[in-house]
Amino acid sequence: MESFLEIFDIYLLEAVVNGILLGGLLALLALGLNLIFGVIDVTWICYAELVMIGMYGMYFLVQYYGVSYFLAAPVAIVLVAILGAALHYLVIAPLLSGPPINQLLATGGVLFVLQSFATVAFGIDFRNLGIRLPVLAFADMHFSYSRLLAFGAALIGMVVVYLFMTRTYTGTAIRAIAQDRQIMALMGVDTKKIYLITSAVGGALAGLAACLLVLQYDVHPFVGLSFGPITFLICVLGGLGNFVGGFVAAFVFAEIISLGGLFSDLEWGYVLAFGFFIIMMFIRPGGLLARRS
Amino acid sequence: MLELKSLDAGYGSFQALFGINLDVKAGEAVGVIGPNGAGKTTLMRVISGLIRPTRGTIAMEAADVVATPAHLIVGLGIAHVPENRRLFPRLTVEDNLKMGAFMPKARAKFAERLEFVFDLFPRMKERRNQMAGTMSGGEQQMCAIGRALMSDPKLLLLDEPSAGLAPVVVQQVFELVKRIRSGGLTVLIVEQNVQQVLKVVDRAYLLEAGTIRASGTAAEMLASDTVKQAYLGV
Repeated sequence: MESFLEIFDIYLLEAVVNGILLGGLLALLALGLNLIFGVIDVTWICYAELVMIGMYGMYFLVQYYGVSYFLAAPVAIVLVAILGAALHYLVIAPLLSGPPINQLLATGGVLFVLQSFATVAFGIDFRNLGIRLPVLAFADMHFSYSRLLAFGAALIGMVVVYLFMTRTYTGTAIRAIAQDRQIMALMGVDTKKIYLITSAVGGALAGLAACLLVLQYDVHPFVGLSFGPITFLICVLGGLGNFVGGFVAAFVFAEIISLGGLFSDLEWGYVLAFGFFIIMMFIRPGGLLARRS
Repeated sequence: MLELKSLDAGYGSFQALFGINLDVKAGEAVGVIGPNGAGKTTLMRVISGLIRPTRGTIAMEAADVVATPAHLIVGLGIAHVPENRRLFPRLTVEDNLKMGAFMPKARAKFAERLEFVFDLFPRMKERRNQMAGTMSGGEQQMCAIGRALMSDPKLLLLDEPSAGLAPVVVQQVFELVKRIRSGGLTVLIVEQNVQQVLKVVDRAYLLEAGTIRASGTAAEMLASDTVKQAYLGV
């Protein structure tokens, strides 16, 4: 009986730690989507598809052109950043004065365009980097290096964005624009340019997520479906556009998935997480950290 | 310094200003008075580029304001303190001031301007890390004026600085306008508080239904029957 408890606790601890590791990655994904929503007031339905394109970018750079992982990563991040800026310039900007539903439908359209493009261009095969990172064994627990690396890099990415948003003029303007866009011209701020920069930053975050996800998951044209919806739910749970709320919600979600998976199948973890989401929508429809208005 | 000639402006099909001619000379303080809905705020917005005129010209020193993109007008030396202050409520006082110095030219002088604003408003220095939206109305007005001063302007546009403030605070705001003037800054101020504003300006225009009905020195305006009957209640 005693030994059973000991083993059980180790598994519990391992699941908690894995939940935290997953939470970091989900928080990174949520930050990008929240940034776009909070600043431009547009939801990029196709956010996870930008990540998918970034994962393909990593795959081709590493497997096809033999570029090392750490050299390929910045290239992929810049690529998806440009894609984010292009998405804003070509699709969102012309629709900004239109009804919000049009913007939503347009980015939904981009989702299918990117999925179909990937299917035609890359086929439906599951592909991976062929990199097998070792597993860290620590006090009878096992953590994969790919998850630890992803967690560390996601945290660094978020800290960099935080410093950018709080220390630079452009970052301060991005926060200001979310609060009062009409008077930005009085400050000498070109809102169009700030939107483009914000979209590029959102894209760069998707690119960073792509570099980290591709270590753990195979890439295929529909890979966005496996983390797009959950990213969106995390943002809603945290309160759309609320960066801190999204961060907290990502870890709450990740722990539910990880701990739920411990007690039965991993799939049940997702069922619990989505069930929790629905209940929370009744209790706190404005999000976990809803602003008092 | 600033010259408006036969200026028309409005919102969509609604015309708010009709053939406005107005000028402000360097070092002057000029007031625009008039009832609610006369087009005073529209006048300020059209000068700073928030709305563009449908006809007429605006010249700031040698520059054509109408031809300048809205976000570059502050670079011509025009700083606008908008109606209702319009601070960024969830940014700190210091970040609000930082936004006022967004232009590259102003960024270079940030430390110097910040010191200037903190000298003018020691209260802002105490509150520099506080969210702007949590301050009192008078403090928010100081912050809004401070934000405009961060761009090192030549001309300060003040839109109803006394609106919504307690009488004691209104006094302080007008005192402040006097102090800013004495520093050599040119001021164009829109006010409904006619009696107070005529004490601090050199000249004033009376705006009614989008047209200028009267203009003159502050003393002339105070003596004018039109102004007296309509706004001073004598």
